[in-house]
Amino acid sequence: MSNAQTIVSRLVDSFQLNVQLFFLTLLFSLPLGLVIALCAMSRFKPLAIVTKTFVWMIRGTPLMLQVIIIFFAPGLLNFGAPWGSGASARFTAATIAFIINYACYFSEIFRGGIQGVPIGQTEAGQVLGMTRAQIFFKVTLLQVIKRILPAMSNEVITLIKDTSLARIISIKEIIMMAQEYTAQGLIWPLFSTGLFFLVFVGLLTILFSRLEKRLDYFRV
Amino acid sequence: MAILEVNDIHKRFGAAEVLKGISFSLEKGSSLAIIGSSGSGKTTLLRCLNFLEKPDRGRITVQDEVLFDAGDPGTQAEPEIRKKRLNFGLVFQAFHLFPQYTVLKNITLARELLEKERQKTQGTSAPQKEIDADAAALLAQMGLVGKEKAYPHQLSGGQQQRVAIARALALKPKILCFDEPTSALDPELTGEVLQVVRSLANKKTTMVIVTHEMAFARDVADHILFMDEGLIVEEGPPEQVFGNPREERTRQFLARYSSEP
Repeated sequence: MSNAQTIVSRLVDSFQLNVQLFFLTLLFSLPLGLVIALCAMSRFKPLAIVTKTFVWMIRGTPLMLQVIIIFFAPGLLNFGAPWGSGASARFTAATIAFIINYACYFSEIFRGGIQGVPIGQTEAGQVLGMTRAQIFFKVTLLQVIKRILPAMSNEVITLIKDTSLARIISIKEIIMMAQEYTAQGLIWPLFSTGLFFLVFVGLLTILFSRLEKRLDYFRV
Repeated sequence: MAILEVNDIHKRFGAAEVLKGISFSLEKGSSLAIIGSSGSGKTTLLRCLNFLEKPDRGRITVQDEVLFDAGDPGTQAEPEIRKKRLNFGLVFQAFHLFPQYTVLKNITLARELLEKERQKTQGTSAPQKEIDADAAALLAQMGLVGKEKAYPHQLSGGQQQRVAIARALALKPKILCFDEPTSALDPELTGEVLQVVRSLANKKTTMVIVTHEMAFARDVADHILFMDEGLIVEEGPPEQVFGNPREERTRQFLARYSSEP
């Protein structure tokens, strides 16, 4: 029994890595995604083309491969060890790969959301003497958020489950931890990891439905 | 003396020349109705006045200040254009109210932002109380008392358009433009909007009204412009343009309008 308790507590500890990776990715990929979206919509064509090509490459290759490349490439290309060394280096590399990958997916959602707001909203702001920034932040942004919430909720739910891909560079997240027991002939720890994700996604679902309700007071 | 002078405005979209040299002037306190079939360039002309389109040629002057001159790039800098726009107000066909704001906030938002900017650059601005009081007065004028806290989607089309008119008036434009203000409305709702425009005309608001409501144009406007294929075909006081049109094309257009209600 005490053995089972140890296993569960080690699973809980390792799931913290998944959660950390989740929050760090969100924190940086949301603003970065907005920047990428704005670049992709830029009227300066070369910038838009470069950005769209980059988004295509990131969305067109597996996240798992990107984690590997970000972790190993600097060393292989003789750039030294920008991520430091040991477990923290692996975590940094994984976080950076996740941020870039998710920023690209978010950028496409943002772009769709921004372009979905009728041009009349921008023009109404313009004839009222608002600046471009005022129109974006005071008029467009909240309408964009309302439009993209369902798609964002999908992507964020995928993110928590994707975090277990980090085990490809030996980050001891929850599934990797559980697999140690599988190797010893114990299968239930691996199966039980599903519960961790289920509970986490349950909380996310509640959070998103609350956000959607909060924005229910107007129509777009 | 003319408050607005428009000289030789040309505008081309790709191969199509939508405006082929439009000139007219407008007296302070008078209202001008622009009529013509769809595609005649009326809306484009209005959008040029509001700097939503940039004319390829021509000049726009308000109270002797050249706001736009296609030949003078100095008049086309973005920050300047933003200020020049404030000479004009524009009421859109499809209202374009801000859905996430209450009726009151729709009216006060732009003014609040401008006052904040004025506070920063000039050190003085109107207090919020004054902004709110002005908005309340406009709502009363539009017959919308009690709707301050409503959101646009809770209003009828006619009410939304009246909010849009109040929103445009809140910045005290010298010239108020209407782009087919009743075309998106059910027939039973056009009356209330036309009524409001008429009351503005009675108060000597300077207005440019693009409209398909011929009876209204005849009744309210001091001057009529009839446009066809990017040109002004005929202009004059309503009695003359409607009662005794000189041009064949005007006669054909008016005949079409009186036969199909």
